[in-house]
Amino acid sequence: MGLDVRLPIGALFTVIGFILVAYGLVSNRALYQRSLGININLEWGALLLIFGVIMVISGRGIARNRAAGTSTDVEQQPSHTAH
Amino acid sequence: MNLTAIDWMILLVYFAFVLGIGFWLKHRVKDSADFFLAGRSMPSWVCGLAFLSANLGAQEVIGMAASGAKYGIATSHFYWIGAIPAMVFVGLFMMPFYYGSRARSVPEYLRLRFDEKTRGLNAISFAVMTIFSSGISMYAMARLVQVFHIFEQPFGRFSLPAEWSFHLSILVSALIVLSYIFLGGLSSAIYNEVLQFFLIVAGFLPLAALGLKNVGGWRGLVHKLPASYVHSWVGTGRADTNRLGVEWFGLVMGLGFVLSFGYWCTDFLVVQRAMAAESVDAARRTPLIAALPKMFFPFLVVLPGLIAVALPSQTTPVAENSYTVRQGLGGKGLVPPKLDAGTGHPLLDKNGNPVLDYDLAIPNMLLHYFPTGILGLGITALIASFMSGMAGNVTAFNTVWTYDIYQSYIRPGATDAHYLMMGRMATVFGVLLSVLAAYAATRFNNIMDMLQLVFAFVNAPLFATFLLGMFWKRTTGHGAFVGLISGTLTAALHHGLTLSAGAAPGLKGGWIGPVMHVYPSEMAQNFWTAIWAWTVCFVITIIISLLTDPRDEKELVGLVYSLTKRPSQSHLPWYKRPAALACLVLALALALNLAFW
Repeated sequence: MGLDVRLPIGALFTVIGFILVAYGLVSNRALYQRSLGININLEWGALLLIFGVIMVISGRGIARNRAAGTSTDVEQQPSHTAH
Repeated sequence: MNLTAIDWMILLVYFAFVLGIGFWLKHRVKDSADFFLAGRSMPSWVCGLAFLSANLGAQEVIGMAASGAKYGIATSHFYWIGAIPAMVFVGLFMMPFYYGSRARSVPEYLRLRFDEKTRGLNAISFAVMTIFSSGISMYAMARLVQVFHIFEQPFGRFSLPAEWSFHLSILVSALIVLSYIFLGGLSSAIYNEVLQFFLIVAGFLPLAALGLKNVGGWRGLVHKLPASYVHSWVGTGRADTNRLGVEWFGLVMGLGFVLSFGYWCTDFLVVQRAMAAESVDAARRTPLIAALPKMFFPFLVVLPGLIAVALPSQTTPVAENSYTVRQGLGGKGLVPPKLDAGTGHPLLDKNGNPVLDYDLAIPNMLLHYFPTGILGLGITALIASFMSGMAGNVTAFNTVWTYDIYQSYIRPGATDAHYLMMGRMATVFGVLLSVLAAYAATRFNNIMDMLQLVFAFVNAPLFATFLLGMFWKRTTGHGAFVGLISGTLTAALHHGLTLSAGAAPGLKGGWIGPVMHVYPSEMAQNFWTAIWAWTVCFVITIIISLLTDPRDEKELVGLVYSLTKRPSQSHLPWYKRPAALACLVLALALALNLAFW
């Protein structure tokens, strides 16, 4: 497969997480009245950023394994289904 | 309400990724199997999330929250009995035939199992339905863009009329979906659907969490709402003692059996995702993997609807200035009354109570809880859900059009490159037809009810045909064809002779003339339409099959259960075995039903 789906997902969440964290750090506290006083941009953004980075790392790991031909995934083996 | 630069940035980053995936996957499309079947190379978790996401169209997020606000937690029946059992069934019992027969589409399976006319009937009715559904997604998105006044500021700068925002959002969504499918075909749609799945969770999980914290958790919510809102099964002994207006038998048979199995087991839109899997085992796991997140979706989409009606009615503007007027006139929580398009006054029902605009439950919740920044993420998640709904329909349409209509009836025997080109053309005119459908989709007040009506006519009889075709080798093509026609006619006849309480004859039923029966709710009418259609199709198919010549059993190997060797699971670790996954899914679904009884 040319592109592991985890890479674009991870990259998107890294970017969005980064935007939210950065904005959460600089934005006015009064903004968070509607989110019950929680700095939701900072907190949720940080979670999304961590998720994004994990997806990128795991996607790259898989891609390297595939390239090196060391994949041991059972799904790669031919199916034993008989008809 | 104006979106700030941060909100716009998140939305534009998402658009860039969506299109980027299309461009990235473009080089992978070398033949028609790559374009229509993603080269049958996807791992099961990717197919599973796409299976789930393709169904996450307009009806899911806006419609399910609207139903949550209107009917309460009983809306989760659309998941816990209206999806999970059927998803388990299609994975365990039907996928070996869909995938194993090497059919490229559901209509093609019907040709292999029955005959050409049954395939043609299914292919044409399905193609019409996908266009219709894709149009509804597009319409819902354009309406949302209007509610949020997303284009108001840029439009004001160029002094363009505000009404054009509806047209512009249809144009933008159509162009984006068109581009990424045109470039990367089904692979591109599947990758984007997986992306959209994560975005929808990322956008709605904080909304549900903030709302729930605000009302004091589930206990606080139970305290604030009448008991009928917070129980899914209590009161279903009779139609008039629960909010859905349906008794348990209509619910279990109509929704849980006929409509749900008709959709999840026979609709090529979802089955296509499983057909793209890399092996028959991966294809069987696809709906089972999808079922795991699916059963928790009520907490993301139904719960915000309940919270919206549990909050005190707002006195400050929520989305736009006119909402203060709407709120003062008897809205419920964050749900405003519906306004008459001509006079601007709230619409009243015949008892003089305002008609509520439940479809605004989710948009108002987003505006109520989300500050700028995460608001951009929430809106992006909503737009993602509409685009995945649209894209799912468009990819199913281009495949059925090309393989089952064009290749079968218009131009058989052309080169593979020609069909690949036709698939891309079909993507273009499929999107154009959806745009037309979007403009036609403005007549019903609840998108959900409208979709149920269409499913009832077309899909309800279909599962009877598949059930008999796959599990009774004596079923014949003539039986299947006549059964399907009579099932669909029965649906139309039943709908035309009945009405729901308070509805005027016309699009809501009773259009034939004499009204034979009045159902307590539109949902009950739809469920019973489906039950009648299924039963008539089932009986007629059996009768005609017994009167016509059976097919040679040798031709049916791989297509019928009793003539096909069961796929072996012994080479798989336990967590990859479909049967083990199915038990886990069913046990969890049962626990959820009991917890919210």
